Amino acid sequence: MTQILVRFLVGGAVVSAFAAVGDMLKPKSFAGLFGAAPSVALATLGLTLFAEGGSYTAIEGRSMIAGAAALFAYASVVSWIMMRYKLNALMITTCSIPLWFAVAFSAWYLCIK
Amino acid sequence: MRVRIDATALGQIKWHDYAARFLFGGLVTAVAGIIANKFGPAIGGLFLAFPAIFPASATLIEKHEKEKKEKEGFEGATRGKEAASIDASGAAMGSIGLLAFALVVWRFVANNNPWLVLAAATLAWLTVSVLVWEIRKET
Repeated sequence: MTQILVRFLVGGAVVSAFAAVGDMLKPKSFAGLFGAAPSVALATLGLTLFAEGGSYTAIEGRSMIAGAAALFAYASVVSWIMMRYKLNALMITTCSIPLWFAVAFSAWYLCIK
Repeated sequence: MRVRIDATALGQIKWHDYAARFLFGGLVTAVAGIIANKFGPAIGGLFLAFPAIFPASATLIEKHEKEKKEKEGFEGATRGKEAASIDASGAAMGSIGLLAFALVVWRFVANNNPWLVLAAATLAWLTVSVLVWEIRKET
């Protein structure tokens, strides 16, 4: 339970810090780079290094490649839909989450597993 | 297009927006840890690139741009959506950098100083992301 709480606090702090940097940057397309900052990864991998060591962390890094490819597909599709259809951002970003799962698990199964 | 830093933008964000980011970021980090414990690091690693605060950030950008335009007396909904779309295209470019981050961690973390590897991976993310952004800007 303590480990989960530490992960929650460290993750929340790192994600908020990267998001705040993104808020200060202009133009919007450059600030958007921080929407794909390695914030969750840094918090998680940092804590994993303490608990499990380098080899375990390397396995997580390998799978993260599939997750990053899925994030590329997700963000590209979200951007495209938002520019073309009159739907609000919350609906588009939330309804597109299954796309991230589909690409991440397919890429992992086909290329990494 | 030159990159600028505007620290006053932080003052325009409400406390509940900061709280939402903290909550989603914390939750995804905690859940990624739980998944790694239950299903192993191969599955847990996927969630290190989960779009944790993406919906909250896109909604915030859409709302701010819409309000800004409406204060000036214009219709703001379209501008709000455009701004959120541009931000999302930036995130797509950043995710190519995230791929570089993951590659550096995977290849080097087991046999080198892990803290230096994490720092190098973060630098790789920033360098690749900015390069992709610069190339895209030119085309």
